[in-house]
Amino acid sequence: MTTVVRETATRSQVGVAQPRRDAREKLRGEAQFVGDLIVPRMLHGRVLRSPIAHGRIVSIDASAAEKLPGVVCVLTGADLADIDPYYGHAIKDRPIVAIDKVRFHGEQVAAVAAVTPAAAAAAVEAIVVEYDELPVVADVEAAVAPDAPLVTDRDLVPGLFHGLGELAPRDGNICYRYRLDRGEPEAVFAHADVVIDGEYAFPAVYQYAMETHTVIAQVEGDEISLWASCQHPFLVRAEIADLFRVPVANVRIQVPYLGGGFGSKSYTKMEPLTVALARKAGRPVKIQNRVGESMVTTRRHNMRCRMRTASTADGRLLAREVTCLFDTGAYADNGPRVVATAGDAAPGPYRWEAYRVDASCVYTNLAPSGSYRAFGATHLQWIGESQVEEIARRCGVDPVEIRRRNLCTPGEEIRAGGKPLDADLVGDVEKVAAAVGWDEPKPPLVGRGVSVGLLAAGAHPVSSAICRLESDGRVVVLVATTEMGQGPRTAFAQIAAEELGIDSDRVTVHGADTRFTPYDRSTGASRSTTVAGLAVQRAAADIRRQLEGIAGTSAIAPDDHVELMRKHFGFAGGELIGRGEVAPAGTGSYAEGPVFWEVCVGAAEVEVNPDTGFVRIRRTATAADVGRAINPQLVERQDEGATLQGLGNALFEEMIYEEGLLLNDTLLDYRVPSFGDLPDEMTCVIVENEDGPGPYGAKGCGEGALAAVPAAIVNALADAGVPMNELPLTPERVWRRIQELKKEGTWQQ
Amino acid sequence: MEIALSVNGRDVVHEVAPNELLLDFLRDSLGLTGAKRSCDVQVCGACTVLVDGLPVSSCCVLAAQAAGHEVTTIEGLAEREEFERLEDVFTRHAALQCGFCTPGMLLTVASLLESGELASEEEIKRSLAGNLCRCTGYRAIVEAVAELAGVA
Repeated sequence: MTTVVRETATRSQVGVAQPRRDAREKLRGEAQFVGDLIVPRMLHGRVLRSPIAHGRIVSIDASAAEKLPGVVCVLTGADLADIDPYYGHAIKDRPIVAIDKVRFHGEQVAAVAAVTPAAAAAAVEAIVVEYDELPVVADVEAAVAPDAPLVTDRDLVPGLFHGLGELAPRDGNICYRYRLDRGEPEAVFAHADVVIDGEYAFPAVYQYAMETHTVIAQVEGDEISLWASCQHPFLVRAEIADLFRVPVANVRIQVPYLGGGFGSKSYTKMEPLTVALARKAGRPVKIQNRVGESMVTTRRHNMRCRMRTASTADGRLLAREVTCLFDTGAYADNGPRVVATAGDAAPGPYRWEAYRVDASCVYTNLAPSGSYRAFGATHLQWIGESQVEEIARRCGVDPVEIRRRNLCTPGEEIRAGGKPLDADLVGDVEKVAAAVGWDEPKPPLVGRGVSVGLLAAGAHPVSSAICRLESDGRVVVLVATTEMGQGPRTAFAQIAAEELGIDSDRVTVHGADTRFTPYDRSTGASRSTTVAGLAVQRAAADIRRQLEGIAGTSAIAPDDHVELMRKHFGFAGGELIGRGEVAPAGTGSYAEGPVFWEVCVGAAEVEVNPDTGFVRIRRTATAADVGRAINPQLVERQDEGATLQGLGNALFEEMIYEEGLLLNDTLLDYRVPSFGDLPDEMTCVIVENEDGPGPYGAKGCGEGALAAVPAAIVNALADAGVPMNELPLTPERVWRRIQELKKEGTWQQ
Repeated sequence: MEIALSVNGRDVVHEVAPNELLLDFLRDSLGLTGAKRSCDVQVCGACTVLVDGLPVSSCCVLAAQAAGHEVTTIEGLAEREEFERLEDVFTRHAALQCGFCTPGMLLTVASLLESGELASEEEIKRSLAGNLCRCTGYRAIVEAVAELAGVA
């Protein structure tokens, strides 16, 4: 991709903290989310979910439910005989509702459409299902044991967007495996002075977008309309068209505001079931998940990992070996991509002589796992970085200095055949370290840590945008990026205004309606400002060129636009249409990517209470290495939000399963960060080296901090005397570790 | 059953089911969708409305319990003159992102400002603990509320 770079001094719209354009609507409660929408003749859907983790469905008796007042229909697997009811963008392994078997606690078994939510809820209670329980595959280790029961016996059918090259056949419960190799790790480990070797565990985590998954579907003949809380409307459109055998253009998806996404609304979630229910009911249906239902709709993979890292006695990093098992639950969801991204993140951006990564995506009888902000990187950065920290300690090298010596520099290869490093990581580490007072004296029980990593970002670089210059001089931007809080409508208005030399108040940006907004691959992987933003920039530049052609000069004042259009069209109407497109430079394959490396650099200062095990976060700092901040205030907010989520992942968030049953499925038992969890100081350092492929040298942000912060906290806690190898760092777990250290005689405080 | 109450300063008489939640009554019967449903267990605060000026989780209160009381939703708060200051300060600090928690957050803030309970940053954090926000990381909200409350 080429970048249009103009002189910084001439920019008036970009690089400025302009107010959010949706602030008024959202503050006044006028912003509409799917749950606020009413479609004429709309029914309310409710889902019956499996109470067990694994079992054969012996019978479903919905006769009593169907007779209840207000009930229009009950949908079961038997209603899907006319289609191939399996979907999944990576692997088509998931039935719209359970067919013959249930594979996780909470799986969709049947759904009711009724005139009121209360009638639907009553009918769900009246459905009688008989199960024959099967052995439960409760964790990844059990899943890969030689005699493990199979979660599915189906062959792996690639989905429309698996994007992983050739999909290998299923190997027992392993549905996907990602390997990276460089050099001969065994030989390097054999002569290394220092080897750190450990086993680690990362918990299952819930994204908790406050708006739960909500969908309205309407089926009229072969036309399907959806109003959906989805991040990737065009990908959902394709999957719905494929499932229900209609042309892609017959599926229309409108996306209003999203009440948070964080990956939980990426790809296809509740849409197929809602369409199937609306199809049977013959009327529009709304399904709105409860929190406990959203938790089992998608979640973050729990993972187990063994890692070894080797170095010389003076702290030169030599080799790393990583084996990890990701628990993708009963259906793959985005597991294969999470695992590939984790594999890329596993070595860390250091100058290795050799490494070997073997990451597996494993079926179990838990809820399906998919995307959550900074996936893969969050899983592995804290592990790799804790080993680097331990090497620094053993070699007597300062943790910042060991990064200085070993980190790759801009232009160096990160992954063979892929994009070289496009960031100044050493500079980023130095900045965050300074922000937590790296060289200041430390009180007792206080530790400081830094962490650094990279996240393959940008996804598939396909986006398009249309700008319409109207006869009154106002501009409408059509781009399908989902506004889920991150502020793309504000950033895009700034970009379009900058290109056209007008004030951004004259620009309006709407959300996705797949019937009218041009194609955009997705809203995720920190790609929107970089990729969709580039499409917006090109669309606006296209209009500018047209105006210059009409004027016969490039010296156009904003006030000239209306007059130039009148001159062109010969009356007070007409509009100029600008097109902007982004397509891959090469084949667009994963191996050639990523679009950019998202920087995951952070630092933390923590204080541990040895009597209670409680870890207090005194300071955090993150580097928003964004190339160019289109809106610096929104960049800061992204890092702050990701920091608090990272703090939750590190300290207390965990979905607790017992033999496949989810025990904490409400926010009473699953705690997320609150106001009281704010660090005493939280710093976001914006780094602008104009080294990104997006508009004005921009690249994405907002996810990196979620990988960087847990790793920095783990390292800071180790610096305070408590090295940990399992998250979350609950007081009990930390306290028990301190007792172990005391027994071993290694408690330093 | 029929209930009579005041909603956003207007008298309302309406038929409700005995087990109907105040949240559902406001959203479905009165079309006041600013109050949002999220956790259903009085933890997140997205459904917050004011009953006689005090913040209440409308997901855990029956509509019938509001009979005879004054209910204020975000739509009502936004009509008040003093709302413009809240709006200005929250906008300047970018103290919102997805906006799902925002109406409930503002109602809690408005009630606390009225009672004058926010004398320090610590009190702001403690008093707002019943409203979750998953996007902002809280800092911008604390700064906005500190400015509104005149806390240095």
